[in-house]
Amino acid sequence: MIDTLRLTAEDALGLVERGEVSSAELHEAYVAAIAGRDPELHCYLRVLEEPNGTSIPIALKDVIGTKGVETTAGSKILQGYVPVYDSTVAARCKARGLSLLGKTNTDEFAMGSSTENSAYGPTRNPWDPSRVPGGSGGGSAAAVSAGLAPWALGSDTGGSIKQPSALCGNVGLRPTYGTVSRYGIVAFASSLDQVGPVARTVRDCALLYSIISGRDHSDSTTVELPYAVELPQAEDLKGLRVGVPREFNEHEAIEPGVREAVQRAIELCRVLGAEVGECSLPHAVEYGMPCYYLIAPAEASSNLARYDGVRYGYRSPSAADRLEMYERTRDEGFGDEPKRRIMVGTYALSAGYYDAYYGQAQKVRTLLIREHAEQFERFDVLVSPTSPTVAFQLGARTANPLAMYLSDLLTIPSCLAGLPGLSVPCGLSEGLPVGLQLIGPQFSENTLFRVGHALERAIGFDGVPERLR
Amino acid sequence: MAIDREQLLHVAHLARLELPEEELERLGAQLNDILAAVSKVSELDLAGVPPTSHPLDLVNVWDADDPRPCLTVEEALANAPQRDGDFFRVPPAGS
Repeated sequence: MIDTLRLTAEDALGLVERGEVSSAELHEAYVAAIAGRDPELHCYLRVLEEPNGTSIPIALKDVIGTKGVETTAGSKILQGYVPVYDSTVAARCKARGLSLLGKTNTDEFAMGSSTENSAYGPTRNPWDPSRVPGGSGGGSAAAVSAGLAPWALGSDTGGSIKQPSALCGNVGLRPTYGTVSRYGIVAFASSLDQVGPVARTVRDCALLYSIISGRDHSDSTTVELPYAVELPQAEDLKGLRVGVPREFNEHEAIEPGVREAVQRAIELCRVLGAEVGECSLPHAVEYGMPCYYLIAPAEASSNLARYDGVRYGYRSPSAADRLEMYERTRDEGFGDEPKRRIMVGTYALSAGYYDAYYGQAQKVRTLLIREHAEQFERFDVLVSPTSPTVAFQLGARTANPLAMYLSDLLTIPSCLAGLPGLSVPCGLSEGLPVGLQLIGPQFSENTLFRVGHALERAIGFDGVPERLR
Repeated sequence: MAIDREQLLHVAHLARLELPEEELERLGAQLNDILAAVSKVSELDLAGVPPTSHPLDLVNVWDADDPRPCLTVEEALANAPQRDGDFFRVPPAGS
């Protein structure tokens, strides 16, 4: 009997490689688990019941284009859209023999922090189904924690991998910008979007990152990794310098239980041999959010201009002429959050406002890059909570877009700076998982894996939701 | 600075969004809240700070000029809401 709740991807690979379990048997075990638990959780928008690889299964967030498999990005405007080509990351998974289990739920166009903006209904948190799994990649994160996929891919613009991993109690990596191809990914904000792994352990995360990363000639923003990905082994942190930025750890929005769990993890860094010191990034948290909510919507308003009802996706049936077709298609096809962001972005880019909004936000971005670089002269990694709160109740923030935007307060700054970030579980608060965010300089994934792995071992967090044990 | 109804309609038109009356009202209020929050960036004096449009130091990324297969006409038209032979069919341009 395969226990999908506890099986790591690494162990699953071992089973398949030693011939103890076939790829098809493994795929079927997950399909059976999905049939049992997904009606309640709604992690998947589409499930592929037939095994289709030679190795272990994987789930892909529904912004990731998959040839012959409907890809909607959680939006009604892409309902029925079946890509005629594979995204590069899907092709790399396929080339490795991974069997596609299905497409996971997401906030529409990856815009949101709770998966409640999906046009196909929300995903629920496996630790407490009355709560959100985070977002936008709530489907991938919840699926991994509920034993409905050994690992998964997400995409992260301002926190959409790390924040759901924190809220669901698993490991999520937002890689250095440019190390993973976006070819075939539904675009949101192109100077920020990154694809990355979600897994049960840091080692699984590193392994999946090694499969998907590297230069792709179909995406000119990609670079070859300047290092080989190493599966972490060391269980100490000797020689590492860990920075604790005040603004990220003492913000008033951070719940006391979250702060305590993170502080225990920081203390553990010291016990494991790291040198721990306080530091300050004076503008990152305070100006990161406003900067992000100008740059991301501005780029989104441009990227989402392609949904015009002409070449693919939804077209309003009731338009008499072309302009009416564009305007009605977009009104009927987009949900509230994409509309808000398109409007904010269009306004921020429009004549007379460009310099004050978009231009100024781009300068703030430079400021944040410099602020982080300065700290990385003294520290190898910076630590903080991933999310200021544990998973919140469904509906708690839907009426107030700004309250929802605050969910990503602590993940946004490093995204703007193009830096990699890893979220690892560091304990529970009120019975719900707390994520520790590790931020490093560009191309420092191996260091993040090392720190994450050592902490994971020392903390011994049980990632199986209590109600499913 | 708050957006008035006329500006809202102008921006909606630029974005090719037809917003019905009740949406216009709700969105207008939310938009003003969001703009008030993001306007915080103007507090900073950033004269002389260069803008960042891309977080990596990439300049002139070239690729070999080797022909590769691309989508066939059938593939390109596979998701067309309406097609006419080898073309996408759309409603006529307005007056």
